[in-house]
Amino acid sequence: MSRSLLRTISIPIAAVVFGLVIGAILILTQNASPGTAYKALLVGGAGDSDAVLRTLQKATPLIFGGLAVAFAFKAGMFNIGGQGQLLVGAVFAAGVGFGIDGLPLVIHLPVALLAGGIAGAVWGGIAGTLKATTGAHEVIVTIMLNFVAGNLTDWLAANPWKDNSGSNIVARTPLVEDSAVIPTFGAVPVGFLLAVITAITCWMILERTTFGFEVKSVGNNRHAADYAGIRVGRIMALTMAVAGLLAGLGGAVESLGVDGRFEAGVNVGLGFEGITIALLARANPLGVVPAALLVGLMEAGAARMQFKAGVAPELIDVIQALILFFVAAPIILRWVLRMRHDASEQLQLGAGWGRS
Amino acid sequence: MSEILLGAHDVSKRFPGVLANNQVSLQLERGRILALLGENGAGKSTLVNILFGMYRPDEGHVIIKGERVDLRGPDDAISRGIGMVHQHFQLVPPMRVVENIVLGAEPVLRGLVDLGEARRRVIELSRRYGLEIDPDAVVEDLPVGMQQRVEILKALYRNADVLIMDEPTGVLTPQEADHLLGVLRELTQTGLGVVFITHKLREVLAVADDIVVLRNGEVVGQTTPGETSENGLAEMMVGRSVMLRVDKSVAEPGDVVLELEKLSVEDDRGQIALNEVSFEVREGEILGVAGVEGNGQRELVEAITGLRGLSSGLMKIGSDEFTSGSTRQIAEKGVAHIPEDREKHGLIGVYSLEENSVLNRYHRKPFSLRGFLRRDVIKRHAEGVVDEFDVRTPSTSVPASSLSGGNKQKLIVGREFSDDIDLLVAAQPTRGIDIGAIEFIHRRILDQRDKGTAVLLVSAELDEILGLSDRIAVLYDGELMDVLDAEDSNREKIGLLMAGITDSKSSA
Ligand SMILES: Nc1ncnc2c1ncn2[C@@H]1O[C@H](COP(=O)(O)OP(=O)(O)O)[C@@H](O)[C@H]1O
Ligand SMILES: [Mg+2]
Repeated sequence: MSRSLLRTISIPIAAVVFGLVIGAILILTQNASPGTAYKALLVGGAGDSDAVLRTLQKATPLIFGGLAVAFAFKAGMFNIGGQGQLLVGAVFAAGVGFGIDGLPLVIHLPVALLAGGIAGAVWGGIAGTLKATTGAHEVIVTIMLNFVAGNLTDWLAANPWKDNSGSNIVARTPLVEDSAVIPTFGAVPVGFLLAVITAITCWMILERTTFGFEVKSVGNNRHAADYAGIRVGRIMALTMAVAGLLAGLGGAVESLGVDGRFEAGVNVGLGFEGITIALLARANPLGVVPAALLVGLMEAGAARMQFKAGVAPELIDVIQALILFFVAAPIILRWVLRMRHDASEQLQLGAGWGRS
Repeated sequence: MSEILLGAHDVSKRFPGVLANNQVSLQLERGRILALLGENGAGKSTLVNILFGMYRPDEGHVIIKGERVDLRGPDDAISRGIGMVHQHFQLVPPMRVVENIVLGAEPVLRGLVDLGEARRRVIELSRRYGLEIDPDAVVEDLPVGMQQRVEILKALYRNADVLIMDEPTGVLTPQEADHLLGVLRELTQTGLGVVFITHKLREVLAVADDIVVLRNGEVVGQTTPGETSENGLAEMMVGRSVMLRVDKSVAEPGDVVLELEKLSVEDDRGQIALNEVSFEVREGEILGVAGVEGNGQRELVEAITGLRGLSSGLMKIGSDEFTSGSTRQIAEKGVAHIPEDREKHGLIGVYSLEENSVLNRYHRKPFSLRGFLRRDVIKRHAEGVVDEFDVRTPSTSVPASSLSGGNKQKLIVGREFSDDIDLLVAAQPTRGIDIGAIEFIHRRILDQRDKGTAVLLVSAELDEILGLSDRIAVLYDGELMDVLDAEDSNREKIGLLMAGITDSKSSA
C-alpha cells in the first residue's frame, strides 16, 4: 500500500523538483540568486501568519477548482468549464450576499454559499446533460459555456446588480452584508477549512459510496457500466453537475471570503488553474489539497520574491507551466529517473475523446 | 530430410517471476507445417517472439537456414526471410490494403511512394499464392479473415520463406478458420515453412505435419498427427487426462422461463439484425444457439439482457412481459449474463477482483447499505467466488486486468452464479481460454441446468453447442432457421442450417 502510494506521488513530486530546478536556472540567467529568490518565496508564502493567511486564501478556490476537474475525470470527462462554473457561483453568491438583509450569519452565509454552488451545478449540469442526451462533447460545450458565463456575469455586475454607491464606475456588485462574509479563525480562513472538508467528502463519495462506484465505472469502462445496469447518461449528467457545484462553491468562497463582492474580471483564470491542480494531484481529491497549497504558496510569495531577489513574479507562472508539463509528460521524468513504466500510475485524461 | 529453415536450440527466457521458456528446441523444415500447441501462458508467444527477433533469448540461440544467428530485432529476422502474423494484427485500419502491405518497404519513384508499382506487385503476389484480395479496399472495412490475409501478404511481400502465425484462428469463424488451414497447406506447396500456434486440437490434427507441445515453458511432447489423438494431445497440454466431452444427464425441462414472441432487433447501423424470432427456454434445459458469427446472435443476447432495445415483438421472462427493459430491470428478474466480450462488458480492468465481483450487484444488500459500499462484505464475497470458482490470483485486491483470460472468465462466471438465478444467458462462455478452464466452466453451466436454471447458450464453437445443448436453435441472417432436439442433430445438419440451407427441413 505505502509502496504504491510512493509510486503514485513520485511523479508529481519529481515534477515539482524539476520545475524548481529549471526555475533556478532561469533565475540565474537574470543574474539573481536562486537561493535568495526561493527563500523569499517561502517566507512570503509561509513566513508569518499573514503569509500563511495569504497562501490559504489563494489555495482555497484552487482546491475547489481542482476538485471540479478531478471529479469529472473520474467519470472520464474533461471539465474545461471550471472557469464559467466558478464565475456564476461567484456572482450568485454575491447576489444573495448583498441582496438579502437582516438574516443571521448562520443562515445567510450558508444560503449564499449554496446559491453559488447551485449556480455552478446548473452550469456544469447543462454540459453533462447535453453530453448524455445528444453526445455533445463536454470539452466543447464547457468552453462555450465559459464565454456565456463570462458575459452573463459581466452584465449582471454592470447592470442590475451594479454597485451604485458614490462615484463607482467599475462593473462590480456592492459589498456583501457582514452576515454573508466568511469569517477567519486566526490565520485560517473558514473557507479553506470548507475546501478541505469538501475534498475529503469527494474522496469518501468516490471510494465509499455506490454513487462513486457508478461514477468510476462509467469513467473506466462505459460498456461494462452499461452491462452492470448503471445509467451511464444519468451518471455523466450528475457528475458534471457535481463538478459544477464544486467550482461554484469555489467562486462563492472567493466572493464571500476574499473579495467581499463580485467584480468583473477579478476571478479570470482561477477556474483554469483547477486543471493544473487536478493534474498535479493525479485526479485524486486528497491530492488536490497539497497541490493547491503548493501553487497557492508560490502565488502568495511571488511579490516578496520580486521585492527581495528582483525576480519577475511571472517566473512563478513559468515554474507552474513547467510542473504541469512534467506531470503531463511523465515519460521524460521516467527516463531521467530510470523508472519502469507502470500502467497503474497512468492517468486517463479525457477518456471521452474520440468515442461517442 | 529436407532443408531446415528455422530452429531454436535450447532457448530459455525468463520474465520477472516466470520462466517463460525453458531450454526449448525445435526445427522447422521447408514445406512443412509445425504446430506449436499449449495452453494460455505455456510460452508459445514468447518462443516465436524470440524466433522473430522481438526478444533475445537468455540462453540458447536461434538458427536460420543452418546459420546460428543473433537477431537484433524483427527487421533482422525479416531480412532473413522470417515473417510473422501476430495475435493482434499490426495493420493501419483507415489505410488501404496495398498501402498496408507495402508500408515500410514501399517502392519509391522520384522520392514518392510509387503506388502504381505497389499495386502491381500486390496483385501479382496475391495471384501467385491464390490469396485473392481487393488492393484498394480500406482495411477497417474488411472482415477479420481478410485482414489476416493482408497480414500474410505483408509477410510474403517481404519475401518470407517462413511464416509464423500466432493463434491465427482465435479470431476467425469456423469457416474462415477452415479456409485459413487450406491456405497454409497451399503455401507449403510453394516451399514455405509455417509455424502455427493454436490451442485447438482439431486444427492441429487437421493441418500439422509436426507437433510440438509446450507446457510451463518446456517442450513436453513432440509428435505427428498420425501418432496421436485429440485426447492424447489434451493430456500432454494439461498434464493430466481431461474430459473433452462433459457427460451430462438427460434434461428435465420444467416451466417456460424465457419466451420470445416475434422479436425483432436492429444492429448498430439500424439494420434489422434479428427478424421476428420466436422460441422459448425452459427450466432445467440448455438451449444452444448456433450460427456463423454475425447472424444476429449478438443482438439476440443484448436484447434479452437489456443492453439493446427491441424494435418489435415481445419478451417474457417468468411472468413479466417486456417490450423494453433496462439491464438492471432484467437482472432483477433473476437473469445472469456471461457477456461475449469479457474485456468490454464483463469486467473493469482497473477495478480489483473485489469490485468486479459485485460489478452488477454493488447496489444490493448486503454489498451496500444506504448508498455506502460495505468493503468488508464485498471482500469476503470476492474471496468466496475466487475459492469456489478456482480463480488463480495472488489476492482479491489486484486489478482484474492482471488475470489471464481463463481466470477472468472464471471470475465472471463465479459472479454471475453467486446469486439464485432463473435464466442464464451465456455468450461465447469459453472463447479464448484454456482447456482446463473450459472443462470447468462447462461443468458449472451443466450444474446450473441441473439446479433448474434455464440456460441460453450462444457459441460460435459448434462442438460446444453440440456438447452442452439439449435443444439447438440455428440463426442465419437474423432468421431462426429451426430448433432441433440435440439427439437428432449433428455437425452436418447444423452446418447446413448455419449456411441458410433448409432443404433438409422441407424434405423432412
Ligand atoms: N513481456 C512479458 N513480461 C512479463 N511476463 C511475460 C511477458 N510475456 C509473457 N510473459 C509471461 O510468460 C509466460 C508465457 O507467456 P506467453 O508466451 O504469452 O504464453 P502463450 O503465448 O503460450 O499463451 C506467461 O506466464 C506470461 O505471463
Ligand atoms: Mg500467446
